[in-house]
Amino acid sequence: MLLKRLSEASGVSSNESEVRDIIKDNIEDKVDELWTDVMGNLIAVKGKKKKGKKVLLSAHMDEVGLMITGIESNGLLNFRPVGNIDKRSLVSKPVIVGNDKINGVIGSKAIHLQKSSERNNPIPWSNLYIDIGTSSKKEAKKYIELGDFVSFKTKFKQLGINHAKGKAFDDRVGCSVIIDLLKYEYDFPLYVVFSVQEEVGLRGAGRAAFDIEPSMALIIESTSASDVPESEDYEFSSSLDKGPALTIMDKSLISNKKIIQGIINTSKQNDIPYQIKKSNTGGTDAGEISLTKEGIPSAVISLPSRYIHSPVSLISLKDYDYLKKLIKLYLQDLNKGEF
Amino acid sequence: MENKKFLKTLSETNGISGYEKNLADIIEEVFEPYSDKITKDSLGNLTATKWADNKQDDTIDLMLAAHMDEIGLMVKSIDDKGFIRFTNIGGVDPRTLLAQEVIIHGKEDIIGIIGTKSPYLLNNKESSKSPKLNKLYIDTSLKKEKIEEIITIGDMITLKREFMNLKNEYVSGKALDDRAGVVMLYECFKELSYLKSKVNVHAVATVQEEVGVRGANTSTYNIDPDIGIAVDVCHGDMPGVENDLVVEMNKGPAIAFGPHVHQNIFKKMKSIAEDIGIPYQVEPWPHPAGTDTWAIQITKSGVASALVSIPLRYMHTSVETISMKDVRSGGKLLAQFIARIDSDFVEGLRCY
Amino acid sequence: MKKLIKEITSVFGPSGDEEKIRKYIKKQINNYVDNVYEDNLGNLIAVKKGKSNGKKIMFAAHMDQIALMITHIDEDGFLRFTNVGGVGHNFLPGTPIVFADGTIGTIGVEKLENINDLEMSKLYIDIGANNQQEAEKIVGIGDTAIYAPNFSENNNRVISNYHDDRIGCVVLIEAIKNIQDNNNELYFVFSTQEEVGLRGAKTAAYQIEPDIGIAVDVTATGDTPESHIMDVSLGEGAAIKIKDNSTITHPLVKDLLIKECKNNSINYQFEVLEFGGTDAGAIHLTKGGIPSGTISIPTRYVHTPTEMVDLSDVKASIELVTALSKSIF
Repeated sequence: MLLKRLSEASGVSSNESEVRDIIKDNIEDKVDELWTDVMGNLIAVKGKKKKGKKVLLSAHMDEVGLMITGIESNGLLNFRPVGNIDKRSLVSKPVIVGNDKINGVIGSKAIHLQKSSERNNPIPWSNLYIDIGTSSKKEAKKYIELGDFVSFKTKFKQLGINHAKGKAFDDRVGCSVIIDLLKYEYDFPLYVVFSVQEEVGLRGAGRAAFDIEPSMALIIESTSASDVPESEDYEFSSSLDKGPALTIMDKSLISNKKIIQGIINTSKQNDIPYQIKKSNTGGTDAGEISLTKEGIPSAVISLPSRYIHSPVSLISLKDYDYLKKLIKLYLQDLNKGEF
Repeated sequence: MENKKFLKTLSETNGISGYEKNLADIIEEVFEPYSDKITKDSLGNLTATKWADNKQDDTIDLMLAAHMDEIGLMVKSIDDKGFIRFTNIGGVDPRTLLAQEVIIHGKEDIIGIIGTKSPYLLNNKESSKSPKLNKLYIDTSLKKEKIEEIITIGDMITLKREFMNLKNEYVSGKALDDRAGVVMLYECFKELSYLKSKVNVHAVATVQEEVGVRGANTSTYNIDPDIGIAVDVCHGDMPGVENDLVVEMNKGPAIAFGPHVHQNIFKKMKSIAEDIGIPYQVEPWPHPAGTDTWAIQITKSGVASALVSIPLRYMHTSVETISMKDVRSGGKLLAQFIARIDSDFVEGLRCY
Repeated sequence: MKKLIKEITSVFGPSGDEEKIRKYIKKQINNYVDNVYEDNLGNLIAVKKGKSNGKKIMFAAHMDQIALMITHIDEDGFLRFTNVGGVGHNFLPGTPIVFADGTIGTIGVEKLENINDLEMSKLYIDIGANNQQEAEKIVGIGDTAIYAPNFSENNNRVISNYHDDRIGCVVLIEAIKNIQDNNNELYFVFSTQEEVGLRGAKTAAYQIEPDIGIAVDVTATGDTPESHIMDVSLGEGAAIKIKDNSTITHPLVKDLLIKECKNNSINYQFEVLEFGGTDAGAIHLTKGGIPSGTISIPTRYVHTPTEMVDLSDVKASIELVTALSKSIF
């Protein structure tokens, strides 16, 4: 399954090559042109010569991760976050370091050795380290360079009947959906951007939009599902198994009403469930794209995912299939000149 | 001009974010002998350009940026007794301001002292806390009527500090962040006069970096470069700070690595430094907001960017300290890098 | 002018939901401008052509409002909500609100052990529905609501729910009506999505590419009991902004505004604001940089349901905008 490969690939922000290569291999024969820009965004167009307005689909390739920022004299490695990571979830997780994929574990002082005051607080960055088994700075330097990227070593696996666990669903899910959508024909030029550096400040996709100048943009994302214990139901941002989530507003964007209404119409006509994302937190590439040049009507549709920005997250494969189907049908409705 | 003398002049010239004109005028004069063209844009960014040896229409454009603005203060209100309340422009640490002499730039320059309630009058709760900015004031010893003749709400205030030589080529003063970067660009231009290059080099002294990397936004838009390199300062090592957050003093400029740096530029710079024996350090930077690189990289359809930093201690105080040696090495490294750029390298920046 | 203020502060238009206010303003200005159009982000842009020696000036007043957005409807028909823009939760309990279709509601608060526990998640909107089904017939998740209209006056002092920034819109509308024989080419932008990040003005400025940009917006004052220290007072004239968190006013624009105030005997004061931002923040960083500044209307209790302005300051601001239409720089 392609989603499995994408999920297990390493692609911490600005180091997306492995993901980019997988995507390239899978779309090359389905598009008219394929190129990368100076940021590293992978851009492709299908139906370039078709009449009609340019439509842009975008998903980001990068994932949150860590970066090696120091090497201790005893061979342990200091690190800091790349993107917004739930620090509490890091200790005792296996990781892979650098492009040579060296195994490591995130360690900290054992609970037996901690003072009771320490036990109640998340462990600070300076007290966390990665152990790759080296015993001196000199030895560690044989394998590691400062700035090496670190990603979680988490396997993709189906859980229960319809769910799957893995890492980096945010936003490999979006990448995987777009790859799938490129199988079909549309009546307009379809531009797709697999963007870089979303997790460090929405830095990639806007640059691609600047060149493409699309008439509208739909960003396919993964958003946090909070249908879990210890949250009130009115606090749920989105829930698993209730269909793709539409964003009305987040910190970076107020979705274009026409696009959102179009998607809702498509879902109603085809009996596909959808939900409205309830919180207004977070931001996506759509924020940057929508404010490009004279403004580009943009909207976000997401797959709900529990425990995003941690070493392992959980999605519903049913939602995933609905997401693919809904966007495909919406694009086909666009064929009829909806936008 | 000799580097240290240039830095002394820059450090002792005053220009908070938004009011950099004095700096721009000096920089223009000093860069003039080494530049083919000098322009100022609508927000006040100053660009000194040195054309490639065989300049053509499609010649590569490379931008260097160092910001000339400094953090400072601004007059907020004047009370009935003539005490002046002020706000900060950029990231000022209020704890460094007590008993600091300042210059208020009104119709004429007025010297003042920053004061606060005496320690003998503080209760226990107050004395255990550092004073907040809004509790501080400036005492000019002038009557309110006199002050109002000279000073207006919104006037710029700068810290009064003379540039100082320390041992071992270390120097100290205010606003070395990032006037030392401007001097590094100057060293680079001097160096380039001995070298051949295939690129147009645009050295920009940017404005308003300290209030949100604003000048770099618009100057990059105007120049539209193929490569953009910011030169700024980074934290030098000092006691009480985690080792992985600092670089060492006097061991050469720091070449930054992270999402804001194009990996090809990073690799090339590093290998040049190694080949010709220029000392350097690597500065890993996972979330790279806070320098002009942040703005340069995402201008228009994206710019291949990099960051070279000068190790500096006591950032955002009036006694910022650097080593002139690091500035010199950095300037040489930039020039050698520029001399080795060709169109193949630039085309390669788009190939992933 | 009071009639206009009363009307315009009651028109629905949260950030991203500006259709109604856009239509309203268009009707007010249609007959006084050479051209009026809407752009991709919903900005309403009106143009008054200038003369050959004129420059291009963009004025921006935002027509969007801070608001509440429904996030959840519970089984008893109560609505949970989040903020659109900078809504202070401590002003909300007991505040009447209204939806686009006129549905009204009030804001209730859960039982609190301690008043300091008050936060947005403890509040809910009550529209009088008996249960979820009934509520869902009237409102949906994602719907927005604003403070219910609330206009009152004492002589020159006017209180309303949304002076921010409908009073800026009033300044531009009145200036549009006043201005004749302008030599500068004037773009009046009634911008969208200012309250969520200066968004509309950004794309409008990109398209218009003016020589200078002037935002017209409200600012805080320092003339109330134990307020923060700030030298802006109600009734002391139009405020020329020196700085806020989004812009440091370009010296060229600052000097131009001072000059026009002096030449036309317009009351003015200087404003140093230690927080906040205006559309000038977005405009001045557009393309290669656009010298920009802000004319501020001093306003007490900004972002509460009872904002207060002084009409003499509004008039001074209208005069200043009018003066700029002929200004040579």
